[in-house]
Order: sequence, then C-alpha cells, then structure tokens
Amino acid sequence: MAAPTTPHATPAADAAPRLALSGITKRYPAVVANDRVDLDVLPGEIHAVLGENGAGKSTLMKIIYGVVTPDAGTMRWEGSTVQVANPAQARRLGIGMVFQHFSLFDTLTVGENIRLAVDDTDAKSLPARIRDVSQRYGLPLDPRRHVHTMSVGERQRVEIVRCLLQKPRLLIMDEPTSVLTPQAVLSLFDTLRTLAAEGCSILYISHKLDEIRALCHRATVLRAGKVTGQCDPRRETAASLARMMIGGELPHPQHREATAGAPALVVDALDVRAADPFGTTLREISFAVHAGEIVGIAGVSGNGQKELLAALSGERTQARRNAIMLCGKPAGRLGAAARRRRGLAFVPEERLGRGAVPEMSLAENALLTTRKGGLVRRGFIRGDAVRACAAKIIDAFGVRTPNAEAAARSLSGGNLQKFIVGREISQQPKVLIAAQPTWGVDVGASAQIRQALIDLRDQGVAVLVVSEELDELMEISDRLAVIAQGRLSEPKPVHATSAEEIGLLMAGAHRTQGAGVPAAVG
Amino acid sequence: MDTVTQLVLLSLAAGTPLVFAALGELVVEKSGVLNLGVEGMMLVGAVVSFIVAARTQSPWLGVAAGATAAAALSVIFAVIALTLRANQVATGLALSLFGVGLSAFAGRDYMSVVIEGITPIHVPALSDLPVIGKLVFGHNPLVYVSWMLFAAVQLFLFRTRAGLVLRAVGESPQSAHAIGYRVIAIRYAAVVFGGACAGVGGAFLAIAYTPSWVEGMTAGRGWIALALVVFATWKPWRVLVGAYLFGSVTLAQFQAQAAGVDVPSQLLAMLPYLATILVLAIISRDAMAIRLNAPASLGKPYHPE
Amino acid sequence: MRLFLEARPQPSQIAAWTAPLLATAATLVVGFIVFKALGRNPLAAFHAFFVQPVASLYGIAELLLKATPLMIIATGLAIGYRANVWNIGAEGQLTMGAIAGGGLALWLGESEWPSAVLLPLMFVAGALAGMAWAAIPAWLRTRFNANEILTSLMLVYVATLYLSWLVHGPWRDPEGYNFPQSKLFADAALLPNLLAETRLNVEFLVALAIVAIAWVFVRRHIVGFEMRVAGLAPAAANYAGIDARRNVWLGMLAGGACAGIAGVGEAAGPIGQLLPSMSPGYGFAAIIVAFVGRLHPLGVALASLLMSLLYLGGESAQMNLALPSAVTGLFQGTLLFLLLAADVLVNYRVRVVHRTAAA
Repeated sequence: MAAPTTPHATPAADAAPRLALSGITKRYPAVVANDRVDLDVLPGEIHAVLGENGAGKSTLMKIIYGVVTPDAGTMRWEGSTVQVANPAQARRLGIGMVFQHFSLFDTLTVGENIRLAVDDTDAKSLPARIRDVSQRYGLPLDPRRHVHTMSVGERQRVEIVRCLLQKPRLLIMDEPTSVLTPQAVLSLFDTLRTLAAEGCSILYISHKLDEIRALCHRATVLRAGKVTGQCDPRRETAASLARMMIGGELPHPQHREATAGAPALVVDALDVRAADPFGTTLREISFAVHAGEIVGIAGVSGNGQKELLAALSGERTQARRNAIMLCGKPAGRLGAAARRRRGLAFVPEERLGRGAVPEMSLAENALLTTRKGGLVRRGFIRGDAVRACAAKIIDAFGVRTPNAEAAARSLSGGNLQKFIVGREISQQPKVLIAAQPTWGVDVGASAQIRQALIDLRDQGVAVLVVSEELDELMEISDRLAVIAQGRLSEPKPVHATSAEEIGLLMAGAHRTQGAGVPAAVG
Repeated sequence: MDTVTQLVLLSLAAGTPLVFAALGELVVEKSGVLNLGVEGMMLVGAVVSFIVAARTQSPWLGVAAGATAAAALSVIFAVIALTLRANQVATGLALSLFGVGLSAFAGRDYMSVVIEGITPIHVPALSDLPVIGKLVFGHNPLVYVSWMLFAAVQLFLFRTRAGLVLRAVGESPQSAHAIGYRVIAIRYAAVVFGGACAGVGGAFLAIAYTPSWVEGMTAGRGWIALALVVFATWKPWRVLVGAYLFGSVTLAQFQAQAAGVDVPSQLLAMLPYLATILVLAIISRDAMAIRLNAPASLGKPYHPE
Repeated sequence: MRLFLEARPQPSQIAAWTAPLLATAATLVVGFIVFKALGRNPLAAFHAFFVQPVASLYGIAELLLKATPLMIIATGLAIGYRANVWNIGAEGQLTMGAIAGGGLALWLGESEWPSAVLLPLMFVAGALAGMAWAAIPAWLRTRFNANEILTSLMLVYVATLYLSWLVHGPWRDPEGYNFPQSKLFADAALLPNLLAETRLNVEFLVALAIVAIAWVFVRRHIVGFEMRVAGLAPAAANYAGIDARRNVWLGMLAGGACAGIAGVGEAAGPIGQLLPSMSPGYGFAAIIVAFVGRLHPLGVALASLLMSLLYLGGESAQMNLALPSAVTGLFQGTLLFLLLAADVLVNYRVRVVHRTAAA
C-alpha cells in the first residue's frame, strides 16, 4: 500500500509517559469490551492501538476521551491520576479525538461546526485561527463552507483542525484512513509526523498493518478486550503483527482463475438524480458483470455508492427500462421484490435497520427477502417452512446464535452479516451485489464471507462488490472500477492496475467523458 | 375605526394564540423533538389561567399560572418521551388526550364565570392617531408580547451560541453527544419552553380573546399550530405570517355572516381546518424543502451510548 | 448511586404483556389519589367507579355494548399503527359512517325493506363512508407527503361540523321541537337485541368477527408481516421491496372502514337517530385501546373492556358521587401515559449503578 517513508526519530523511551492506563475494564451485557488493559503513551510518540473489529479499541478510546466510564482501572495523565467524566473535561486536559464516524453537522458551516466543539469564548478570531491552523498543518479549510458540500476527506480535515485548535497534547485518531485515497493517506501521515515532532502524542487506532508499520513508533495489540502484546511495528512483519492481533495467520481466500460467461448484469448510461439534497448525482454509469466473475467498485465514501446501490437493488426504480438489464431482460422499472424474482440478491451496507429488522427474530428476517421454497402459500405464511429456512442458513454459514428465534439485534456484527449474506446466497441468485461486505466484521467472519463470495463466483454467479476497503477489493475482484463524483471508470482486470492508479482515479483524475473539473485531492 | 383597521386588529388577535403555540413548538422541533401535545397544553394553559384569574382577580397572574401549568405538563411528556425513550408520536398524543380530559375536569365549575380579562391597550394621543394609531398602539398587550417572543426566538436561534447548540442537537444528537453536549438536558429545556408558550397561547384565548372558559375552547388550534410549523419550514418569520393568515381565515366566517352571505355557519367554520389541510399538502409536497429545513433528527428516538 | 437504562439485546415478551397490567395498576393508584383529593372516600369511589357498573347482568351488557365500538375501531387502527400509519381521525370517520348509514336509514326506513337487507346495507354504506374519509389523508400522504396525523385530525373537525349542519338543517326532524336531531330510525333500521332486557345488540358479534379476521391477517398473512416490517424499519421494508404506498392505504382504510362500521353501530344501536354528537369520543379512546392492547387483536379486545369500564365508571361517578363525567377522560389519558412509561421495560432494563470509588 503506502510506500514506507523514513519514520521520525523515536522519542526518548525513558521520558515519563504522558498517558498511562492501568487495569482498565469495561463490561457490557453481552461482552467484556476491555479486560484489564494497560497502555502508556510517551510525549511526541505515535502509538498504534492495533486489533481487529470488535477487539475493544474504540471503547478504550471512548474511555480516554470521557464518553464512556470504565468499570475498573486507573488513568494517569501527565503524572496525576484523573477521572475523565466527559469530553469537555478531556479537552481541558489536552486530549483531542478524531472519531471514525464524524461528529459534524451537515447544514452548518465549517466555522459553526468548529465553534461548537471549541470551548473558548473568542468567537470573533475563530475564522482567522481556522485558516491559520489548517494551512500550517497541510489541511486547508474555508470556514464559510457548509459541511454538506464537502467530500468525506475534507470533512475529516474539519474534525482534525477542530482538535488542533485546542492545542492538544494527545491526539486520538480512530481508523482515520478508511475515508482517504492512498495519496491522501500519505499526506495525513505527514501531518501526524509534524505534530509528533512538535511534542504532541498520537494514539493511532487501526487494523491496517502496513500503515502502522509505516507510521508508528510503538504498538499495543488488543484481542478480545485484552492486551496481547506490545512492540515496535517498524521491526515487525505483517505476519508477526497479524499473529499478535488474531492469534494466527491472516487467512487468504482460495482463488481460482476466473472464466467469465455471459453478461448477467448490464448497466447502460445510468443517470440518477440524487434524492437527498446532500447526495451525489450519478452520470452515465455503464458497466457489465459477467456470470462467473467478481467486479469490484472502489471509491471513497460519498461519491455515489449509495445512489448506485439503491438504483441497482430496485429500491429506487428508473424511468428507462433498459438502463439496467438482468440476465438479458430489461429491469430498470422493476422494484426490489421483482428484481429478486429475476435472480438478483443484495447485501446492503447497513445491517440493522436495512438488511435486517433489529427487533424481529432471525426466522422472520429470513422471510424478509426469501419467498421461494414454499415459505408463503396463497398469501399465508407457513411458520415451519420459515423456521426451517432460517435454521438452514444459520447452520450452513456458521452463525453463532442460540436459535432462530433470537432477535437480529442480539447478534454480533459479524454473525449478523454472515446471516444476511447467507440468506441472500441461499436464494441461489444469478447476480449478487454486496456493499461493504466485511465492514465492522471480525477477521474470522470476514474471511468466511470473502470465501463465500469467491465460491459463489466459481459456481457461475455474477458478483458485484462495492467497498471502501481497497485491499479487500484487490484481493477478491477479477476486474476493478472506481466510482468518483458519480462517474465510473472503465473496469480493468485487477492484475493490470495498481493501488496508485486506483488512488488517482478515486481522487477524480478521470478519463474525460465530459467529466469537468477534477475533485480536490482527498 | 374603519373596517380594514378593524379586520387587521382582529386577524392579528385571532392569530396570536397560534403565534405563541407555534413559536414554542418550533423551538422544540428545532431540538429534534416532536411534541404533538400542543392542543392539550393549550387547553390546560387556558383553564388554569382562567381559574387563577377568577380566583385572584389578576389576569396577568392567570397568564403566568397558565404558562407554568402547561410547562409542568410538558415535563411529563419529556420524562416519558426523552428519559424513558417512548415513541414521541404516541406520547404527544397521550399528552393531548390527557390535557383535554384534565382541562374539562378542572374547568367544570367555571363555564359560566365572568372575569375581567386583558383588554387592548389605549395609549393617550398615540392610539388616536389616524390609521396607524390603532394599528400600532391599539393591540392587546399579549399581542405585543408575542412580537417580543418572535424577536427573542429569532435572535436566540440564529445569533446566539446556545441557539447554535440547540440547532446542532436537532441536526444530529449523536454528534452533539460525541462533542460533549448534554442532549437530553437541552431537549428538556426546549420542551418546557414550548410548553410554557403553548400555555400562554391558551391563556390568551381564555383571558384576552373571549374571555371565558369553555370546554375544548381551543377547537383544534393546537393541531393547527403544529401544521403551521411545517408550513413555515421551521422559520420563525414564516410562523408569524402563517399565524396571521390563519387568523384572517378564522375571521372569514364571521365576516361572511355579517356580510349576509347565505352559507350555513357550520360550513364556514370548516374553513380554517380545510385551509390547514391545503397548506400542509402544498408545503409537504416539496420534499427537498422539507429535507433541507426540517431538523434531521425530528421525532426520531435518541439513545445515548 | 444512579439509575440508568441498559438496552436489552432481545425485546422482552414478558414485559410486553405485563406493561398494560402495570399501567392499569398505576392508574388505579392515581385514581386513589384523585378521589382523596376531591374529598371522596377512595374505597367507596372505587366501588362506585369500577365495581358497581358491572354488578348486574344489565351492567355487563352495558360493558360489552360500550366495548363494541372501541374494539372495532381499535382493531382497525392497530393495523395502521403497526405500519407507522397514524390514523388519528377515527372520530371523524365514525361520524361520516354514522351519517352514511343513518342517511340510508332515514331514506329507506319507512319503505318496506326488511331489516335483514337494510342493516347490512347500512353497515356497508358506513364502512365505505369511513374509508372514503380516511382515503383523503391516505392520498395526501402518498401524493403530497403530508403528515396524516394532522390531516386526519383536521377532518374530524370538518366531519363534526358537517353532521352539525345536517341535524340543524336539512335532516332536522320537523316534529322535533326544533332540537338539532334527525327523525328517529324506523324499527327495520335498528339493530336487533342480543340479550333481552339489555341494550346489547348484534354489533357485538360483528366486533368479535372483526377481531378474529384481524388476528389471522396480522399473525399469518404475508401482508400483515410486511406492514409490521414497515413500521419497525422502513429502510428494511424498502430493501425488501415492500410497497410503502400500499401500506399507507391499507392502514388508513382499515381504520376508516372499522370506524365507519362503529358509527353505524352507534346510530342504529343505542342512539337510534342522528344527533350532533354520535360518540363520547370513541374515536380517540380507541387510540388508547390500540396501544394498551399492544396493537394485537386479542390485546385490543381486552383493552376495550377496560376502557369501556372507565366510561361506565365515569357515568356511575357522575350519578352516585356527584363527580364530573370528565373524570373519565382524565383516567384515559393517565392510562396511556403510564402505559408508555411502563413500555420502557420492553426494550430496556433498569440498572442501579454504584459509583466506583476513585482509585
């Protein structure tokens, strides 16, 4: 991924730690999120907190920032014991946090957003200070812009500048690169190194091994809530880090060479106006997915993926019947249920609330999209058939749950995702679309899901995967395209392209198809 | 005083209860909470203000009492909908039904009581000026209060930091919480403010507009106020315009009767309700306008960590 | 020490069914306090309110008589509420149903049409009128995205004014001493009695039939399932290809038809003519019944009995305790509030947290 550049000199190891956590524990009804965690961060150090999804990283950071109170353990800040009761107190201590899911207000301006989070009362000088700080650290911002006009990468700048204005001595970054193009990641790393050189400590949360090896001085590894190791990531290999992170080797899916058949999903000059005033308009999107191949669509979030998926799944119908062809027949005007009958299956980005109804049982959620197999007869539901269907999915895909009557919301993210993927695959579709199939899912379930997609492809199904995780796409796709500002690049075979080229496409340096001005980087 | 001036004065007076109730609800909705209990709160404000005015001979004390009673009622709503996270729609409905019942119960002995209400002001010399005299200086004191409320709400929401915070909470309570604002506390404050305003709106009816107490005297104004907030796309100045428009529609029935128009009074009385439906349909149709102006979290349940 | 709410992974079925009982008990407690505050002996008041009304066969028949329209309307409303379709205008739909059925009765009552033909026709007319009145908010929502709560409510006022105009004007009984009322319906247009010496009529059987049909629809039919999905997670309903507009229409029309039928029941039953007010707020009380009954047909049936008892109690209190009948409305509102409060236990557990001592 990112080319490792010479990391900054390690801060003196015998300096007193700026932050020292000892025995931090936090329990929730279903899980122990943090189990006697010890962690210390030196001044000027970039310290990684490494772990897979569900390991407890986010919870630990929320404890440091005062959003969550620990059940046990102590926190020492610059030598004294503290109890951080809320984020305002954390900020007063000098701790800043850039969340993975931005806490920004779309309809307000950059200036207003920052004003809300900055605790001092000097509002007049704020716009000037915003310009000043954002320029100095390579994250230029205009205080008068409304947030909803900004790309995701630009919004992250607002989050970071918001923190920097408070002159933090510890900056927590929670999975910051998932919304950035590869080039923007390098730029961010420069910013962080500058900050560290000025003496600011940085806690860098991630599960991306290559990034951590390129950026960080030290790493603490979490697994299932416990600390399983501490190391200097620059001296480790990806394999050794993976071993500490998941206790084994990172699984690699079994790949066979693809033999693509007839086009099963054809999109022709699709134009979709954004339904949401803050959404993205799709322009002239054209591509095809053949039976027996996996096409991946990469892109930073906010570039039209949501609109494209809704148009493909049938949640939003088109005026032109031929805009979308399923197995050779026009499907543009069909709704989601009709497209399912034609052989389409869809795993949406949001599990709870869209892919599954949280309060309903797994059996009922199986019925949500499955109509084949005699589940409904003459309008009436056959309860036994529904339960049997759910049980088969649970069994075949290894979903960990007491039974089919368990509510969807009681499952962990990975297990619910396995159920939803399993449900869609069990309908024996001819075309499967998956959006962010392994987001927020633990490594084991991730590997299972990726393998399931590949197996599906080998059986002759056309698979389309839309994801922000470039690594994942490069691993499982046969052909890859990039969506940027509502336009799609020409899909290319994976082996004929590189992460760098993809990165450029993501940033909007497009082939000209009346494309207009390229987007700002990031 | 000529007819036009008379009409204007009456329209403004007729619209004033709506101004109070709708401005209050606008602030509540800006914080992301939908309180459908406005009708109930207005009625309670009306009956309590009337009773206190009758017992203490002080109409202004009555207004204050009415506002307090309605605010107290809104606290019940806040506890159930915000702290106990019940469905906001159902809770608001419950509040309205409860308010209707409570006001009928409390006011049962006061239906034919007469009180000295709050009458329009008369400023020596100024009120007697031609045309503008009455238009500027001849209104009921509470009308002036409603104008001050409008100014206060406008300033608060768009010129103060606290107003910015309130709007942020309505936009995204999760983000506000993440930054460290106490979402529930802010919403409680908004709800209580809305309750007090609705109470004053009801008090105006019972102490200044008629003045009297009749069971169910708001006749749906609370619901119309809710529609007004939508019609105004959550902008205070549009609330004012809409309220006075409705005030004039309400008057239309009396004007028509006075003019000898041969339409049954009941059919004329339907006008405000039909107008509300029409207005709602027209405004709601513009989905984009609603999306851009409605607080994004309106009516959605909020669950902190 | 602090109380806080902890989310349950699984919604609690037990809490779902005990919440109404808890709410009822709490309402009784409130009643106790209210009676005391009014200077009445609480126990005597309870007796007069809750026991006396049903202490005789006539009393029980009255209980079922009042429960009938509540059961019918609430069952219809619940179907809509499950899909997040908020029909609040049942009172207006009831009125229009009464007008349609009553109008038919006034027009054909003196003719030779037998009851067995006339009454079903009246019910059909009432159901259609109720549906038509409910169709307006349904259309406004699907076509203009207008909030159905406000539009259906506005139409209540319109319907009431319309009825008022009819009984003051064109339909006023010429021999009625100028009172605003229609002529009395002919015998053929009145509902036959179910139990001698009481006012209980066959509409009660209609109510039971409606509850049974609704139960089958909600539990076993795919459309019932789809409407539940739409109410719980609209994005999931969209994802599954469930037609949102169909849900709105079905939800509103179900409530409208039921309210219309109930309206005919009142006109052709205990009232026997058209008056300016055809119901003591059944359309609104039915909303509470729907919630207390957990939007489930069986629960609704039970809750309608409870609400009916509150109505009877109010009347009894007025006669025996010199309390205003408005006390009924007070209890109804309190019951709904307490139910919503008790409902928190379905999705949350209450936890007591002792602050950990600072290390």
